[in-house]
Amino acid sequence: MHELSIAINIIDLVEEEAERLGKRRVCAIHLKLGQFSGVVKEALLNSYELACEQTSLRGTRLVIEEVPIAIYCATCGARRPVHSTQFLCCAECGTPAFEIIEGKEIEVSALELHP
Amino acid sequence: MSSQPRLVEVRRNVLKQNDVVARALRQRFRESEIFVVSLVSSPGSGKTMLLERTLAQLRQRYRVAALVGDLATENDAERLARSQAPVKQITTGTLCHLEAAMIERALDGWETGPLDFLFIENVGNLVCPSSYDLGENLRFVLLSVTEGEDKPLKYPTIFNSADVAVVTKMDLAAAVEFDRTALERNIRAVRPGMEIFPVSAKTGEGMAEYLGFLRSRQAELRATMLSAD
Repeated sequence: MHELSIAINIIDLVEEEAERLGKRRVCAIHLKLGQFSGVVKEALLNSYELACEQTSLRGTRLVIEEVPIAIYCATCGARRPVHSTQFLCCAECGTPAFEIIEGKEIEVSALELHP
Repeated sequence: MSSQPRLVEVRRNVLKQNDVVARALRQRFRESEIFVVSLVSSPGSGKTMLLERTLAQLRQRYRVAALVGDLATENDAERLARSQAPVKQITTGTLCHLEAAMIERALDGWETGPLDFLFIENVGNLVCPSSYDLGENLRFVLLSVTEGEDKPLKYPTIFNSADVAVVTKMDLAAAVEFDRTALERNIRAVRPGMEIFPVSAKTGEGMAEYLGFLRSRQAELRATMLSAD
Protein backbone atom coordinates (compact mmCIF):
# COMPACT_ATOMS: atom_id res chain seq x y z
CA MET A 1 0.00 0.00 0.00
CA HIS A 2 1.68 3.19 -1.15
CA GLU A 3 -1.39 5.42 -0.96
CA LEU A 4 -0.13 7.02 2.24
CA SER A 5 3.06 8.15 0.49
CA ILE A 6 0.95 9.50 -2.36
CA ALA A 7 -1.32 11.34 0.10
CA ILE A 8 1.72 12.98 1.73
CA ASN A 9 3.01 13.99 -1.71
CA ILE A 10 -0.37 15.59 -2.45
CA ILE A 11 -0.34 17.51 0.84
CA ASP A 12 3.20 18.84 0.26
CA LEU A 13 2.32 19.90 -3.25
CA VAL A 14 -0.94 21.61 -2.25
CA GLU A 15 0.61 23.45 0.71
CA GLU A 16 3.29 24.78 -1.62
CA GLU A 17 0.71 25.79 -4.21
CA ALA A 18 -1.53 27.51 -1.63
CA GLU A 19 1.49 29.46 -0.40
CA ARG A 20 2.33 30.49 -3.96
CA LEU A 21 -1.27 31.64 -4.52
CA GLY A 22 -0.91 34.07 -1.63
CA LYS A 23 -1.32 31.90 1.48
CA ARG A 24 -4.87 31.01 0.54
CA ARG A 25 -6.98 28.61 2.56
CA VAL A 26 -7.91 25.53 0.61
CA CYS A 27 -11.32 23.88 0.97
CA ALA A 28 -11.04 21.15 -1.65
CA ILE A 29 -8.46 19.46 -3.84
CA HIS A 30 -9.40 18.05 -7.23
CA LEU A 31 -7.32 15.07 -8.27
CA LYS A 32 -7.23 13.21 -11.57
CA LEU A 33 -6.45 9.55 -10.98
CA GLY A 34 -5.71 7.31 -13.93
CA GLN A 35 -7.14 3.81 -14.04
CA PHE A 36 -3.57 2.61 -14.65
CA SER A 37 -1.90 4.79 -12.02
CA GLY A 38 -1.47 1.90 -9.61
CA VAL A 39 -3.31 3.86 -6.93
CA VAL A 40 -6.60 2.74 -5.36
CA LYS A 41 -9.17 5.51 -4.94
CA GLU A 42 -10.71 4.29 -1.66
CA ALA A 43 -7.31 3.68 -0.06
CA LEU A 44 -6.12 7.11 -1.15
CA LEU A 45 -9.20 8.83 0.33
CA ASN A 46 -8.66 7.09 3.67
CA SER A 47 -4.93 7.81 3.63
CA TYR A 48 -5.57 11.45 2.81
CA GLU A 49 -7.93 11.91 5.72
CA LEU A 50 -5.30 10.47 8.05
CA ALA A 51 -2.36 12.33 6.56
CA CYS A 52 -3.89 15.82 6.53
CA GLU A 53 -4.94 15.61 10.20
CA GLN A 54 -1.84 17.39 11.57
CA THR A 55 -1.42 19.80 8.66
CA SER A 56 -2.85 23.11 7.44
CA LEU A 57 -5.11 21.07 5.13
CA ARG A 58 -7.04 19.47 7.97
CA GLY A 59 -10.72 19.32 7.10
CA THR A 60 -10.21 19.78 3.35
CA ARG A 61 -11.94 17.49 0.86
CA LEU A 62 -10.15 15.35 -1.68
CA VAL A 63 -12.30 15.07 -4.80
CA ILE A 64 -11.08 12.27 -7.06
CA GLU A 65 -11.96 12.06 -10.71
CA GLU A 66 -11.05 8.67 -12.17
CA VAL A 67 -9.56 8.86 -15.65
CA PRO A 68 -10.17 5.85 -17.91
CA ILE A 69 -7.41 4.50 -20.14
CA ALA A 70 -7.20 6.14 -23.55
CA ILE A 71 -4.97 4.87 -26.33
CA TYR A 72 -3.84 6.01 -29.73
CA CYS A 73 -5.04 3.34 -32.14
CA ALA A 74 -2.82 3.12 -35.22
CA THR A 75 -5.51 1.26 -37.18
CA CYS A 76 -8.25 3.82 -36.49
CA GLY A 77 -5.70 6.63 -36.58
CA ALA A 78 -7.44 8.14 -33.58
CA ARG A 79 -7.73 8.33 -29.83
CA ARG A 80 -9.84 5.44 -28.50
CA PRO A 81 -10.92 3.81 -25.24
CA VAL A 82 -9.73 0.24 -24.52
CA HIS A 83 -11.79 -2.91 -24.27
CA SER A 84 -10.86 -3.33 -20.55
CA THR A 85 -7.83 -3.24 -18.25
CA GLN A 86 -7.64 -7.02 -18.72
CA PHE A 87 -7.70 -6.73 -22.48
CA LEU A 88 -5.76 -3.77 -23.74
CA CYS A 89 -7.00 -3.40 -27.26
CA CYS A 90 -8.93 -0.73 -29.13
CA ALA A 91 -12.59 -0.83 -28.08
CA GLU A 92 -13.61 -0.02 -31.67
CA CYS A 93 -11.49 -2.29 -33.88
CA GLY A 94 -9.67 -4.69 -31.52
CA THR A 95 -6.11 -3.68 -32.48
CA PRO A 96 -3.71 -4.32 -29.55
CA ALA A 97 -2.98 -1.13 -27.63
CA PHE A 98 0.70 -0.22 -27.82
CA GLU A 99 0.41 3.47 -27.01
CA ILE A 100 -1.36 4.59 -23.86
CA ILE A 101 -1.98 8.33 -23.92
CA GLU A 102 -4.08 8.73 -20.80
CA GLY A 103 -4.88 6.74 -17.66
CA LYS A 104 -1.56 6.72 -15.82
CA GLU A 105 -1.81 10.16 -14.25
CA ILE A 106 -1.90 11.19 -10.60
CA GLU A 107 -2.45 14.92 -11.00
CA VAL A 108 -3.75 17.72 -8.83
CA SER A 109 -5.95 19.43 -11.41
CA ALA A 110 -7.48 22.26 -9.37
CA LEU A 111 -7.89 23.73 -5.91
CA GLU A 112 -11.04 25.21 -4.38
CA LEU A 113 -10.04 28.20 -2.29
CA HIS A 114 -11.98 29.95 0.46
CA PRO A 115 -13.26 33.31 -0.71
CA MET B 1 -17.50 39.81 -3.15
CA SER B 2 -18.90 36.34 -3.66
CA SER B 3 -18.86 33.81 -0.81
CA GLN B 4 -18.53 30.91 -3.23
CA PRO B 5 -15.24 29.02 -3.12
CA ARG B 6 -13.01 29.95 -6.03
CA LEU B 7 -11.71 27.16 -8.29
CA VAL B 8 -8.11 27.58 -9.41
CA GLU B 9 -6.61 25.34 -12.04
CA VAL B 10 -3.31 23.80 -10.93
CA ARG B 11 -2.44 20.76 -13.05
CA ARG B 12 0.53 19.36 -11.16
CA ASN B 13 1.86 15.83 -11.33
CA VAL B 14 1.91 14.37 -7.80
CA LEU B 15 4.91 12.13 -8.58
CA LYS B 16 6.84 14.92 -10.26
CA GLN B 17 9.59 14.81 -7.66
CA ASN B 18 10.19 11.11 -8.26
CA ASP B 19 10.10 11.62 -12.03
CA VAL B 20 12.65 14.43 -11.83
CA VAL B 21 15.05 12.28 -9.79
CA ALA B 22 14.45 9.32 -12.13
CA ARG B 23 15.28 11.46 -15.16
CA ALA B 24 18.50 12.65 -13.52
CA LEU B 25 19.41 9.03 -12.73
CA ARG B 26 18.74 7.96 -16.31
CA GLN B 27 21.02 10.73 -17.55
CA ARG B 28 23.72 9.73 -15.06
CA PHE B 29 23.51 6.05 -16.09
CA ARG B 30 23.69 7.05 -19.72
CA GLU B 31 26.77 9.17 -19.20
CA SER B 32 28.49 6.36 -17.34
CA GLU B 33 27.30 3.87 -20.00
CA ILE B 34 25.57 1.60 -17.50
CA PHE B 35 22.69 -0.56 -18.64
CA VAL B 36 20.14 -0.68 -15.82
CA VAL B 37 17.54 -3.37 -15.32
CA SER B 38 14.99 -3.44 -12.51
CA LEU B 39 13.13 -6.54 -11.35
CA VAL B 40 9.61 -6.54 -9.92
CA SER B 41 7.47 -9.49 -8.82
CA SER B 42 5.46 -10.79 -5.91
CA PRO B 43 7.47 -12.07 -2.91
CA GLY B 44 8.90 -15.52 -3.56
CA SER B 45 8.86 -15.45 -7.37
CA GLY B 46 12.58 -16.05 -7.52
CA LYS B 47 14.03 -12.59 -8.14
CA THR B 48 17.06 -13.19 -5.94
CA MET B 49 17.72 -16.66 -7.37
CA LEU B 50 17.53 -15.36 -10.94
CA LEU B 51 19.76 -12.44 -10.03
CA GLU B 52 22.32 -14.75 -8.36
CA ARG B 53 22.63 -16.73 -11.59
CA THR B 54 22.56 -13.60 -13.76
CA LEU B 55 25.38 -11.93 -11.82
CA ALA B 56 27.48 -15.11 -11.80
CA GLN B 57 27.07 -15.62 -15.55
CA LEU B 58 27.51 -12.03 -16.71
CA ARG B 59 30.44 -11.43 -14.38
CA GLN B 60 32.64 -13.59 -16.57
CA ARG B 61 32.64 -10.91 -19.29
CA TYR B 62 31.02 -7.79 -17.85
CA ARG B 63 31.28 -5.49 -14.86
CA VAL B 64 28.05 -5.99 -12.93
CA ALA B 65 26.51 -4.80 -9.66
CA ALA B 66 23.16 -5.01 -7.88
CA LEU B 67 20.98 -3.01 -5.53
CA VAL B 68 18.40 -4.99 -3.59
CA GLY B 69 15.34 -3.58 -1.87
CA ASP B 70 13.64 -5.24 1.08
CA LEU B 71 11.65 -4.06 4.07
CA ALA B 72 14.21 -5.60 6.43
CA THR B 73 17.29 -7.87 6.65
CA GLU B 74 20.48 -7.99 4.58
CA ASN B 75 19.83 -11.62 3.59
CA ASP B 76 19.42 -11.01 -0.14
CA ALA B 77 22.53 -8.87 -0.35
CA GLU B 78 24.49 -11.58 1.45
CA ARG B 79 23.20 -14.20 -0.99
CA LEU B 80 24.02 -12.07 -4.01
CA ALA B 81 27.45 -11.08 -2.67
CA ARG B 82 28.52 -14.70 -3.15
CA SER B 83 28.76 -13.88 -6.85
CA GLN B 84 31.65 -11.52 -5.88
CA ALA B 85 29.88 -8.64 -7.65
CA PRO B 86 29.35 -5.39 -5.71
CA VAL B 87 25.96 -5.62 -4.00
CA LYS B 88 24.17 -3.15 -1.77
CA GLN B 89 21.01 -3.65 0.23
CA ILE B 90 18.38 -0.91 0.49
CA THR B 91 16.20 -1.52 3.52
CA THR B 92 12.98 0.43 3.17
CA GLY B 93 11.64 -0.05 6.71
CA THR B 94 7.90 -0.14 6.20
CA LEU B 95 7.84 1.12 2.62
CA CYS B 96 6.53 -1.38 0.09
CA HIS B 97 8.43 -0.15 -2.95
CA LEU B 98 11.62 1.61 -4.08
CA GLU B 99 11.59 5.25 -5.14
CA ALA B 100 14.12 7.05 -7.34
CA ALA B 101 15.53 9.03 -4.40
CA MET B 102 16.43 5.77 -2.61
CA ILE B 103 18.43 4.65 -5.66
CA GLU B 104 20.19 8.01 -5.74
CA ARG B 105 21.06 7.77 -2.04
CA ALA B 106 22.27 4.18 -2.42
CA LEU B 107 24.56 5.14 -5.31
CA ASP B 108 26.18 8.02 -3.43
CA GLY B 109 29.48 6.92 -1.99
CA TRP B 110 29.12 3.37 -3.32
CA GLU B 111 32.46 2.47 -4.90
CA THR B 112 31.68 -0.04 -7.62
CA GLY B 113 34.16 1.11 -10.24
CA PRO B 114 32.94 1.37 -13.85
CA LEU B 115 29.95 -0.86 -14.64
CA ASP B 116 28.30 -2.41 -17.69
CA PHE B 117 25.16 -3.62 -15.91
CA LEU B 118 23.35 -2.51 -12.77
CA PHE B 119 20.44 -4.59 -11.53
CA ILE B 120 17.85 -3.20 -9.14
CA GLU B 121 15.75 -5.76 -7.30
CA ASN B 122 12.58 -4.06 -6.11
CA VAL B 123 10.66 -5.00 -2.96
CA GLY B 124 8.47 -8.06 -3.59
CA ASN B 125 5.14 -6.43 -4.46
CA LEU B 126 2.97 -6.47 -7.58
CA VAL B 127 1.10 -3.24 -6.88
CA CYS B 128 3.06 -0.26 -5.59
CA PRO B 129 6.31 -0.40 -7.62
CA SER B 130 4.31 0.25 -10.80
CA SER B 131 3.94 3.97 -10.03
CA TYR B 132 7.65 4.73 -9.56
CA ASP B 133 10.18 5.27 -12.33
CA LEU B 134 13.66 4.34 -11.08
CA GLY B 135 15.59 5.57 -14.12
CA GLU B 136 16.08 2.03 -15.40
CA ASN B 137 16.48 1.09 -19.08
CA LEU B 138 14.29 -1.97 -18.78
CA ARG B 139 11.82 -3.20 -16.18
CA PHE B 140 11.46 -6.96 -15.90
CA VAL B 141 8.37 -8.43 -14.28
CA LEU B 142 8.85 -11.96 -12.96
CA LEU B 143 6.28 -14.54 -12.19
CA SER B 144 6.78 -18.15 -11.27
CA VAL B 145 4.86 -21.07 -12.77
CA THR B 146 3.32 -21.78 -9.35
CA GLU B 147 1.51 -18.42 -9.19
CA GLY B 148 -1.30 -19.12 -11.65
CA GLU B 149 -1.68 -18.21 -15.31
CA ASP B 150 -4.23 -15.46 -14.59
CA LYS B 151 -1.88 -13.32 -12.49
CA PRO B 152 -1.33 -10.75 -15.28
CA LEU B 153 -5.10 -10.20 -15.44
CA LYS B 154 -5.22 -9.62 -11.68
CA TYR B 155 -2.32 -7.15 -11.72
CA PRO B 156 -2.55 -5.52 -15.16
CA THR B 157 -0.95 -2.23 -14.09
CA ILE B 158 2.42 -3.68 -13.11
CA PHE B 159 2.52 -5.99 -16.13
CA ASN B 160 1.74 -3.06 -18.40
CA SER B 161 4.41 -0.91 -16.76
CA ALA B 162 7.12 -3.53 -17.41
CA ASP B 163 9.05 -4.09 -20.65
CA VAL B 164 9.83 -7.79 -20.42
CA ALA B 165 8.29 -10.77 -18.61
CA VAL B 166 10.36 -13.60 -17.15
CA VAL B 167 8.54 -16.79 -16.21
CA THR B 168 10.56 -18.45 -13.45
CA LYS B 169 10.77 -21.93 -11.86
CA MET B 170 10.13 -23.68 -15.18
CA ASP B 171 11.57 -26.84 -13.58
CA LEU B 172 8.28 -27.04 -11.62
CA ALA B 173 6.06 -26.53 -14.68
CA ALA B 174 4.99 -30.16 -15.09
CA ALA B 175 4.31 -30.63 -11.36
CA VAL B 176 1.87 -27.71 -11.27
CA GLU B 177 0.40 -28.41 -14.76
CA PHE B 178 1.56 -25.02 -15.92
CA ASP B 179 -0.24 -23.81 -19.07
CA ARG B 180 2.32 -21.76 -20.97
CA THR B 181 -0.03 -20.79 -23.82
CA ALA B 182 -2.61 -19.42 -21.38
CA LEU B 183 -0.01 -17.42 -19.48
CA GLU B 184 1.48 -15.92 -22.64
CA ARG B 185 -1.99 -14.99 -23.87
CA ASN B 186 -2.79 -13.28 -20.55
CA ILE B 187 0.51 -11.39 -20.44
CA ARG B 188 0.02 -10.08 -23.96
CA ALA B 189 -3.62 -9.18 -23.27
CA VAL B 190 -2.46 -6.62 -20.69
CA ARG B 191 0.81 -5.74 -22.45
CA PRO B 192 0.55 -6.34 -26.19
CA GLY B 193 3.73 -7.56 -27.87
CA MET B 194 5.60 -8.15 -24.62
CA GLU B 195 8.75 -10.24 -24.86
CA ILE B 196 8.56 -13.34 -22.59
CA PHE B 197 11.43 -15.53 -21.33
CA PRO B 198 10.57 -18.82 -19.59
CA VAL B 199 13.55 -19.82 -17.41
CA SER B 200 14.70 -22.07 -14.63
CA ALA B 201 17.56 -20.53 -12.70
CA LYS B 202 17.95 -23.92 -11.01
CA THR B 203 18.41 -26.14 -14.08
CA GLY B 204 19.59 -23.43 -16.47
CA GLU B 205 16.66 -23.95 -18.87
CA GLY B 206 16.03 -20.82 -20.96
CA MET B 207 18.90 -18.93 -19.31
CA ALA B 208 20.94 -18.69 -22.54
CA GLU B 209 18.09 -16.90 -24.37
CA TYR B 210 17.40 -14.61 -21.42
CA LEU B 211 21.09 -13.70 -20.97
CA GLY B 212 21.50 -13.31 -24.73
CA PHE B 213 18.67 -10.79 -24.71
CA LEU B 214 20.32 -8.79 -21.89
CA ARG B 215 23.65 -8.79 -23.71
CA SER B 216 22.15 -7.69 -27.01
CA ARG B 217 20.13 -4.87 -25.44
CA GLN B 218 23.21 -3.65 -23.59
CA ALA B 219 25.20 -3.77 -26.85
CA GLU B 220 22.45 -1.77 -28.61
CA LEU B 221 22.63 0.91 -25.93
CA ARG B 222 26.43 1.08 -26.28
CA ALA B 223 26.07 1.39 -30.05
CA THR B 224 23.57 4.26 -29.84
CA MET B 225 25.86 6.08 -27.40
CA LEU B 226 28.90 5.60 -29.62
CA SER B 227 27.05 6.94 -32.65
CA ALA B 228 25.83 9.91 -30.59
CA ASP B 229 29.43 10.84 -29.64
